[in-house]
Amino acid sequence: MSGSEEQATIKDLDSVESGTSLWQDAWNRLKKNRLAMFGLCVVSFMIIIALLTPWIAPYSYFEQNLDLGATPPDADHWLGTDTLGRDLLTRIMYGSRISLMVGFLATAVALTIGVLWGTVSGFFGGRVDAFMMRTVDILYALPFTIFIILLMVVFGRNILLLFMAIGAVEWLTMARIVRGQVLSIRQQEYIDAAITMGLPKAQIMWRHVIPNTLGTIIIYATLTIPNVILLESFLSFLGLGVQPPQSSWGLLISYGVETMEEYPWLLFFPALVLSLTLFSLNFLGDGLRDALDPKASRD
Amino acid sequence: MLKFILKRLLQAIPVLLIVITITFALIHAAPGGPFSAERAVPPEVIEALNAQYNLDDPAYVQYFIYLKNIVRGDFGPSFKYTGRSVTEIIAAGMPVTFELGFYAIMIALTLGISAGVIASLKPNTIQDYIPMSLAMTGICLPTFVLGPMMVLVFAIWLDWLPVSGWGYIPGDKILPALTLGFAYAAYIARLSRGGMLEILSQDFIRTARAKGLKTATIVTRHALRGGMQPVVSFMGPALAGLLSGSFVVETIFQIPGMGRYFVQAAFNRDYTLILGTTVFFASLIILFNLLADIVTVWLNPRLRDNSNSGN
Repeated sequence: MSGSEEQATIKDLDSVESGTSLWQDAWNRLKKNRLAMFGLCVVSFMIIIALLTPWIAPYSYFEQNLDLGATPPDADHWLGTDTLGRDLLTRIMYGSRISLMVGFLATAVALTIGVLWGTVSGFFGGRVDAFMMRTVDILYALPFTIFIILLMVVFGRNILLLFMAIGAVEWLTMARIVRGQVLSIRQQEYIDAAITMGLPKAQIMWRHVIPNTLGTIIIYATLTIPNVILLESFLSFLGLGVQPPQSSWGLLISYGVETMEEYPWLLFFPALVLSLTLFSLNFLGDGLRDALDPKASRD
Repeated sequence: MLKFILKRLLQAIPVLLIVITITFALIHAAPGGPFSAERAVPPEVIEALNAQYNLDDPAYVQYFIYLKNIVRGDFGPSFKYTGRSVTEIIAAGMPVTFELGFYAIMIALTLGISAGVIASLKPNTIQDYIPMSLAMTGICLPTFVLGPMMVLVFAIWLDWLPVSGWGYIPGDKILPALTLGFAYAAYIARLSRGGMLEILSQDFIRTARAKGLKTATIVTRHALRGGMQPVVSFMGPALAGLLSGSFVVETIFQIPGMGRYFVQAAFNRDYTLILGTTVFFASLIILFNLLADIVTVWLNPRLRDNSNSGN
């Protein structure tokens, strides 16, 4: 641990004494991180736009205008139109609903399984821990991307299945990280105290252990969302994810690639929106890590 | 060490069995799958399937027949490519994918480690920020965005390199290898920076500095071995990721490798080919993870006793 990190820890203690909560303190640190704040703004903006899309979209997403065809961006169509004369901005907006929804829901699935698994494993320790972690190790070794593709092929390209499958992959890392946290929390005196007082184990885990892993959970949830969005776009790009007439960023990019020679904007704008979102979420995640857990190193 | 390797090898067997079982069960459950015999496939394929899998037998018998065939390296006939066996198709695609993967991993290691080491020597200065921002760009630009963008710029607009292909026109291997390698270069840069920072802050490095060794000597002789540990542990997942990356890159650049076959098989519902490629990919991934584990332990003898603890 270097000197500045120690200082940061000491500063934490000071601020606790002076009445700033951990969260207040973290928020203050996060506010100073410009990249993270930029990420937060972009992500919030994307979410708001995605939620409001059905009311604010300039055109309907399936309305074709074959006479118009593909036109470059202009005053009527800010991001241009595709080969069927559909407004690209509208399609990106609808696409963001799917992409973000998959991102958040699959992360929620991963979070639920991972936190429960990791907490139980770390809290009970011993054989339970060994068994549960060995299971995670074995599952880690499975080629999940391939399995997801397989699931999509066998059971049809169903969006519900898609985020369940992605969520079922991403929980593994979460379980490992939470377990690590729980192992160290388990050593704390207040947990001994709670056990001595005879509190039920479930209650100790729920009331005392999980809340103390919340910081870590938030950090990794933020870093999981871009992974999930990336995975969904990857599958949709290959034509194995979201199916038309639904649209997602990956699908729009794959259409863009087909016609990029003549109509580069059809590739450029969806790619830009996807990359910007991934950037923002990653910066936000890194920023949250620095803010909530100043001791953690940036790898 | 030998005991550790044997133990890991033994652990790999159940994983492989799980993969085969899940894959078989999924394909078996699939409507119109190879084992349901309700599908309009060419009669000679049905005959071949019938002969090989005894479609009238109960599922568990078919499963054991399938398992037995896999052990002999026989994945059955392809649904789509009549007259070709899955093993033949895999054997044709494998060298291409391996070559692509080899170039990509070389690019990733060279770029990634140099960037990471340079960044770690002067943390939180411009020498750190520039390579790390580039790395962040690499992580946030997915292969399916980077690839087409590079084609657009270098092949279509500038006309420096071919648009697609593999070994047909000189230089057509450059863009696919770069596309596939760049994302991993980014991860490796971040990991090696982290690893190096940790090692460089240790006492023996300070001693080396105090003895007046040159920075280059300290890095190559003393710091790299320890500092590369995160990179080595990442190699297993990275090689696995390269395989799924090859799905995209081979599709974009129309390279006749296994990744492209797999994606096409998924599209065509060529079940036997999917089954075969899945099992093959899975075995590769398990093997890569195994190798990465072994090298990690070899580099850090302290891990040998409790090599099973998670991170």
